[in-house]
Amino acid sequence: MVKNIIYSIKSPYRQSLDIIGYTFGFGELSCCIVGALRGNEIQQMAICAQLVNTIKLLEEKGCIAENKSIMIIPCANYYSMNIGKRFWTMDNTDINRMFPGYELGETTQRIADGLFKAIKDYKFGVQMASFYQEGEFLPHVKVMNTASGKEEAYKFLSDFGLPYGLIRNPSPYDTTTLNYNWQIWGCQAFSLFATYTEHIGGQSTQAAVNAALRFLIAKGILKWSLHPGSHTRILNEDNIWRISTSCAGILKKYESVEAEVKEGDLLCEIIHPIEGNTIDRVVSPIDGTVFFSYNKQLVMEHTDIFNIIPF
Amino acid sequence: MIKSVSIAALPVTENLVIQKNRIENNALPGCKRVCIVTGTHGDELEGQYVCARLAKLLNNEKQKLSGIIDIYPAINPLGIDSVTRGFPMFDLDMNRIFPGSPTGSLAEAVAYDIVRDIEGADICIDIHSSNIFLREIPQIRVSEQTEAMLFPYALMLNVDLIWIHTAATVLESTLAHTLNMRGIKTLVVEMGVGMRITEGYCSQLIDGILNLLHELGMWSGQVQQTKTPIVSKDRGVGFLNSDAAGIFIPNVSHGDYIRAGDLVGKVFDPLTGNIVENAISPCDGVLFTLREYPVVFGGSLLARIMGDGNG
Repeated sequence: MVKNIIYSIKSPYRQSLDIIGYTFGFGELSCCIVGALRGNEIQQMAICAQLVNTIKLLEEKGCIAENKSIMIIPCANYYSMNIGKRFWTMDNTDINRMFPGYELGETTQRIADGLFKAIKDYKFGVQMASFYQEGEFLPHVKVMNTASGKEEAYKFLSDFGLPYGLIRNPSPYDTTTLNYNWQIWGCQAFSLFATYTEHIGGQSTQAAVNAALRFLIAKGILKWSLHPGSHTRILNEDNIWRISTSCAGILKKYESVEAEVKEGDLLCEIIHPIEGNTIDRVVSPIDGTVFFSYNKQLVMEHTDIFNIIPF
Repeated sequence: MIKSVSIAALPVTENLVIQKNRIENNALPGCKRVCIVTGTHGDELEGQYVCARLAKLLNNEKQKLSGIIDIYPAINPLGIDSVTRGFPMFDLDMNRIFPGSPTGSLAEAVAYDIVRDIEGADICIDIHSSNIFLREIPQIRVSEQTEAMLFPYALMLNVDLIWIHTAATVLESTLAHTLNMRGIKTLVVEMGVGMRITEGYCSQLIDGILNLLHELGMWSGQVQQTKTPIVSKDRGVGFLNSDAAGIFIPNVSHGDYIRAGDLVGKVFDPLTGNIVENAISPCDGVLFTLREYPVVFGGSLLARIMGDGNG
C-alpha cells in the first residue's frame, strides 16, 4: 500500500486540506474508489476505510492481480466533516457539482480539478454516493445513461452482487458530478449507494464493502473469492414509483425499506402536528418492494416519502 | 393586485406561498406583459429594493402604464427569511431545477408553478446579486445561444456591462434558460453583493426597467437617459483568483479602469502579517467584479476584469 497526498489546499486558519489516496498493486490504473466528497458522507468514508483495511491485508497475501492497481480515496472533504457541514466550509458549494473542475477556478473547482486529474484515467470508477434527499435506501448501484459505453456498463452492474442496479437518465445538474464526468472521460463509472449517509450501519457498511470487493474480483483485479451476493435486477430509475405527500404534518410510517407491500397496504399516515388527528393515509399504489423511505419526522407537501420498485 | 402563484403546506400550521404583485392598466387582450423576478437565492437582496420601489412607482402612476407588470419579489421566500442561499432543507440550488415538476419535491413543484405562471409573458427580468463574497457592477448576462434574441433588450436596461458567455449544459436548468427556450425573452441581471442593498445600483436598474417599458410602448412616464454598456464581445475577461490563503485587502476600487500589472490587492497571513500574495491584474480593463468577503482560500476569486479589446 502506498499512501499519497493527491491534492492539497491551504486554509488561512487550519492545517492544510490534504486529500489522501491509497494505492494497491502496480501497473494498469484498474479501479478507483472515492468515498466522501461531502461533509456528512460518514458512511461513505467508513466503507472506504474498511476497503483500505481489507485490501491492505489482501495485498500482503498477494491477492492483487499482476499489472493491476486500485486507488481508494476515503475522504476528499474532511474540512466540512470536522465541522458538521455537508458542503464546502466557506461558500457552501458542493465539490460533487464542480467536476471536471478547473485548476484556475474557485476553491472547490480546484479541489475537483486536483482530484479528477488523479483519478480520471482509471478504467473503472466507483463512487460511494449519497442522495440529495434524506432517507434510507436499499443498497444499490447506479450508472449514468451517457452516450459512451453504456451497454457494457449496464452489464457490469451485476458484478456488485447487489439486489438492484439502476440506470439514470442524467439531468442538466448531473453533468457536473464526478460520476458523469468519469463516464465522459471514458471511465466505466458507478455510484454505489449504501442504506445510510450520516450513520454507519453494520450490515449496510459491510454490504457496500462486499459489493465493491465483488466488483474488483469480477473484473480480475483482486484474486480472491467472496459470496456472489444477490441476483441483480437492472432497471431504469424512471420505472420506480415515487410516492409523495399531498399534505404536510408528522409522518407516522408503517413500512420501511426492504418491506414487500401489496397494492392498498397502508404505508404511512400524516398526523396533524398540533391537533393529533390523522389527516391523510398513504397506501401503496402497487405490489412491490420499498426501495426508499424518508426518515424525518416532519414532512412538507410534495415530499418524496417512499419509492417502490414493482415486483 | 396580490396573487398567489404557488401554495404548499409546510409541516406545522404554515403554508409556503409564492406571491406576485400584478400591476396593470389598459390590459386589453393581447397586451404586453413583463415579469420582474428575484429572490431565487435567499442571500441576494438587491432585487428586493428594486421590486419594492418599482411596485410603489407603478401603482402611483398606473395611468402611465399600458399592459401588465408582474412582480415576483421572492420565489424562494423561505431562503430569504432564513438568510439561506438555497431552498431550505433541499440540497440543490433552486436555479438548477427549472422547469421543475408537479410531481417532484417541494422546490421542484414550486419551480414548476413559477414557470407556468410566467409563461405567455413577453419579457422577464431575473434579478440576482452575486453572493456574499463578490461585488458586481450592474450587468446583464446573456448566453451566446440567446444573444441575438436578447441583446437589443439588454441595451435598454441601463447597465454598465453586458457579458455574453458560453453556454454550459448545467445552465440549462436555470429559470432564464427555461423561459428563453419557451420564447419568453429573459434577461439575467447581476449587480451588487449578497446580503446587502446598494441603493444606487437599484435606482440605476429601475431607470433601465422604465426605459425598457417605454421602448416596448408600455410606459408613457418620464425616463432617464440610459448608459451605454461595455459589451464583452471581442474582449477578454481576466480572472484573478488567489493562490494563497489569508485576508484580502483591495488596492483599487470597484469599477475602476486598471492596467495590466497593476496591484489589485494583497493577501496577508493573519498570523504573521506577511504578505503572501500580491494580486496583479492580468490585463487592461474595467474591474467589474471585486471580492467583498476578505477571507480567502487558494482559488478564491478576487477580481474579474473586462478587457478593453486591445489585446
